[in-house]
Amino acid sequence: MALSGMRGLSVFISDIRNCQNKEQERLRVDKELGNVRTRFKNEKGLSPYEKKKYVWKMLYIYMLGYDVDFGHMEAVSLISAPKYPEKQVGYIVTACLLNENHDFLRLAINTVRNDIIGRNETFQCLALTMVGNIGGREFAESLAPDVQKLLISSSCRPLVRKKAALCLLRLFRKNPDVVNVDGWADRMAQLLDERDLGVLTSSMSLLVALVANNHEAYWSSLPKCVKTLERLARNQDIPQEYTYYGIPSPWLQVKTMRALQYFPTIEDPNTRRALFEVLQRILMGTDVVKNVNKNNASHAVLFEALALVMHLDAEKEMMSQCVALLGKFIAVREPNIRYLGLENMSRMLLVTDVQDIIKRHQAQIITSLKDPDISIRRRALDLLYGMCDITNAKDIVEELLQYLSTAEFAMREELSLKAAILAEKFAPDLSWYVDVILQLIDKAGDFVSDDIWFRVVQFVTNNEDLQPYAAAKAREYLDKPAIHETMVKVSAYLLGEFGHLLARRPGCSPKEIFSIIHEKLPTVSSFTVSILLSTYAKILMHTQPPDPELQNQIWAIFNKYESCIDAEIQQRAVEYHAMSRKGAALMDILAEMPKFPERQSALIKKAEDTEVDTAELSAIRLRAQQQTSSALVVTDQRPANGTPSNTQLGLVKIPSMSSNVDHNLPDQDISHENGTLSIVDPQPPSADLLVDLLGPLAIEGPPSSDVQSQPNIVPGFEDAPNAAEATAIVPVGEQANSVQPIGNIAERFHALCLKDSGVLYEDPNIQIGIKAEWRAHQGRLVLFLGNKNTGPLVSVQAIILPPSYLKMELSLVPETIPPRAQVQCPLEVVNLRPSRDVAVLDFSYKFGIDMVNVKLRLPVVLNKFLQPIPVSAEEFFPQWRSLSGPPLKLQVVRGVRPMPLLDMANLLNNLRLMVCSGLDPNPNNLVASTSFYSESTRAMLCLVRIETDPADRTQLRMTVASGDPTLTFELKEFIKEQLVSIPTVSRAPTPAPPVPQPTSPVAALTDPGAMLAGLL
Amino acid sequence: MGIRFVLMVNKQGQTRLAQYYEYLTLEERRALEGEIVRKCLARNEQQCSFVEHRNYKIVYRRYASLFFLVGVDNDENELAILEFIHLLVETMDRHFGNVCELDIMFHLEKAHFMLEEMVMNGCIVETSKANILAPIQLMDKA
Repeated sequence: MALSGMRGLSVFISDIRNCQNKEQERLRVDKELGNVRTRFKNEKGLSPYEKKKYVWKMLYIYMLGYDVDFGHMEAVSLISAPKYPEKQVGYIVTACLLNENHDFLRLAINTVRNDIIGRNETFQCLALTMVGNIGGREFAESLAPDVQKLLISSSCRPLVRKKAALCLLRLFRKNPDVVNVDGWADRMAQLLDERDLGVLTSSMSLLVALVANNHEAYWSSLPKCVKTLERLARNQDIPQEYTYYGIPSPWLQVKTMRALQYFPTIEDPNTRRALFEVLQRILMGTDVVKNVNKNNASHAVLFEALALVMHLDAEKEMMSQCVALLGKFIAVREPNIRYLGLENMSRMLLVTDVQDIIKRHQAQIITSLKDPDISIRRRALDLLYGMCDITNAKDIVEELLQYLSTAEFAMREELSLKAAILAEKFAPDLSWYVDVILQLIDKAGDFVSDDIWFRVVQFVTNNEDLQPYAAAKAREYLDKPAIHETMVKVSAYLLGEFGHLLARRPGCSPKEIFSIIHEKLPTVSSFTVSILLSTYAKILMHTQPPDPELQNQIWAIFNKYESCIDAEIQQRAVEYHAMSRKGAALMDILAEMPKFPERQSALIKKAEDTEVDTAELSAIRLRAQQQTSSALVVTDQRPANGTPSNTQLGLVKIPSMSSNVDHNLPDQDISHENGTLSIVDPQPPSADLLVDLLGPLAIEGPPSSDVQSQPNIVPGFEDAPNAAEATAIVPVGEQANSVQPIGNIAERFHALCLKDSGVLYEDPNIQIGIKAEWRAHQGRLVLFLGNKNTGPLVSVQAIILPPSYLKMELSLVPETIPPRAQVQCPLEVVNLRPSRDVAVLDFSYKFGIDMVNVKLRLPVVLNKFLQPIPVSAEEFFPQWRSLSGPPLKLQVVRGVRPMPLLDMANLLNNLRLMVCSGLDPNPNNLVASTSFYSESTRAMLCLVRIETDPADRTQLRMTVASGDPTLTFELKEFIKEQLVSIPTVSRAPTPAPPVPQPTSPVAALTDPGAMLAGLL
Repeated sequence: MGIRFVLMVNKQGQTRLAQYYEYLTLEERRALEGEIVRKCLARNEQQCSFVEHRNYKIVYRRYASLFFLVGVDNDENELAILEFIHLLVETMDRHFGNVCELDIMFHLEKAHFMLEEMVMNGCIVETSKANILAPIQLMDKA
């Protein structure tokens, strides 16, 4: 037997095999290692045969998983043995034991080179193989020309050349310059004319790597690939040895089609036609046969052909042929084909618009979600996730929820994340979204990250309609016997904020809510305890008139936690206790949370961020990029009363810009746990979720003693959004751009609503500045498009999507913006009639490979067409009386953010509504007047009166009057939005935009947000 | 890259051959082999031949007591690799005559030589059995 060659090795292997357990094996291995070590050390004159034997033993031991930290030198030295058997062992074992950075390898470079340029073919092969497997940069630099020479040499035999091809591939990966020699691309194309299939197979792999790196250089290889494919698939012109179960080398066919997928397109019509002919033949001619191997091989070719067809964006007919094939595959019993069918369907979704056809297979795909094989289930999950849209979201998400209960742990986290994202993106209505997330927490609380419940809170806070519903649901879950801690957190938070909306329902009195929440307290972590304390404070605040019994109960709890060892809890207990004794002051401080600013879903961001390299998540990434635009599409939410533009509760959009949203949750956690009393940054650094959710209640800023002396402190204002946000229905920023904007687009927009020049948009490539002048109902804006790069921006396009009430004319925008140049584009605006809709600039450009498209709201808003005018008492009162009752005079009574009268006056002035002091005899009231200009109304006097209640700053009555019903309505809504929520502050540390823009302190002061921030 | 590693493991999970085309430390190899062997060996005949693991895929095939596991990049053509395994087995069959676990164990060097003729740097070099076996036959004669 052949093992007679190395008896000692065979004996050793048998010994190992006979070991009864791992311990025996280890002992035997140790003994052998000791033996080999002494042999190498002591006996100078080891024969090549002995060396060979020991080196194989080392390899064997290494393969078993034991460290072999000696003898490497002996292995390397065998490379220079004169005889083939020893040399071969030297090369093979060296390649197994060492890596490219090993020092010993350098010692061998010369020997290796001599073997490569020598005349012995077998030595050449050995050397090329080892360099191909572990050669590093140094090898690339010293050997590349020799290897290239061998590859294209006509005197060299195929057995050497095929190894040279893959060796060169390795060297190219180590140093891409090795193929940057004149004429190499042509040589490469010539190589593809090769008749020998071994050389051709290797060369094709080399080509794939080269084309993937730079397809431009290798266009001449493209027709050769098509020829190769014709030769194999059509002409079957190939030696018998290379057919596999009757199929001409399936591996070479696959590789060739893979190479073709790296060319973006095929321009030459003849080549394209020839290729499609072959592809058509493969698509039509692949039948299911009995022989497994033949079947697999032919389907390997078929799946590659499918991928190529998708890539080439073939004619519709061929595409639907592909989808039909895939539809067939996902229904077969054979698991491999089914798996690949599902996988390729997901890929297809990414490249072409076949969603509708794929949806027909939904039921079939759902069946695969229940397959006993986890590989198949994963594919099905990925596909369902990819194909989900608003029409099937309900079905799919409910399937996922159902599956969640039975799914194995390995999949639960992914499942819950995906279900949460889909629910958020495609919710047909918001209450369904709340249902889904609560179910998710209920079923798989351990796998529901904080991001998920934070998101629910944001939606509920931003949508008044939803609040009673969510509170009621939270209340229901609290009745369940054992609920997950996340459920305790979310229910406590929701009931604290909105529990009072349930006041008259059974089981929902403040006392009952308090006691059911308090039941959970003993079992929760300290983080949750602090949420519960806030909830208690809120319950107290909402219980008017105060219920002494409840008060005492809660005070007792605060009292107890005032000495808690957890600083965060202690601080809250002390502060809430002190504040809740102040009665009315509590109302201001613990008022309802302001709405959250729009932001990218943390979940989607998370999905984008995590594990970039796993297959399924990278698919999420792609989808997320494609779909962010449709984030939370809410169906019809028109109020029943038929005022069409009253969308105050309307749509909450999730802007897709990840902009500056920076969730560094761990940091936040730490700071909370440390209980540092002043984590407090007077300007919370970002729209951080946790800050939003928990910060304001934790009364940041001054230590507790100060709080008492400043009853008016209203924390959390910084993050309050502008209500205009909710009315601008345009999904701002629905782009799948790889280029991220600098700064917050929404904030820039809001700032520009109040001033006339500034930056509208900025990203690493471009800055768009704006400067506006307004005269009556006309405006003239200039867009400054500044290219920040040293290369040109091309395919520049700017399209204005004006709402019907505006006439807008944009002068020609040049298609190219030269490097470092600024282009000015004037934009003429005529206001036709009053409306709060917003014009949108659809802007796109291309820089390098980045195609950027942004949709930007233009600051052409109602207040720009206002002209403040002072009116005297003599003018005001007759006018006021003549405009009597709706529709010319409208009233609204609102709960608003408490705001000192002076600030409110400033706000109105900033909106170009002139406050006329002294007109109203009541000092708590404000009267303002302005002229509105539009083509339909001409100059129209508008009068506004706001009556406030000094005892309760959250209540006011506003009356708006003008001679035009639409104007009255629109203006009323406009002002209301400003009053209900406070405009976003442009945060102090925002990077100063370097545009031609006067960021004067004056501008900053006119920003009401900044003013408010100053007041805090 | 294509093929990242080729493993032959018996049904007790003992490694019979391991060839890596990317460098992993011994600890990484041990951990990886442990994980994928656990994953793949637990699967039954009705399940598909592909297992997703970390950021790559295992394509595997079982022959009697021996499992052939090939780690590939995610975008590799799975069926082509599956049949490549079979080609490897057929090649060994042609050389050993009805190859079994013991052949591979006791002729580790030959198994390595064959694999070396078929895969290099993670790419397929040769698919003709005659060409693959030519160097070995040359050596046997010598």
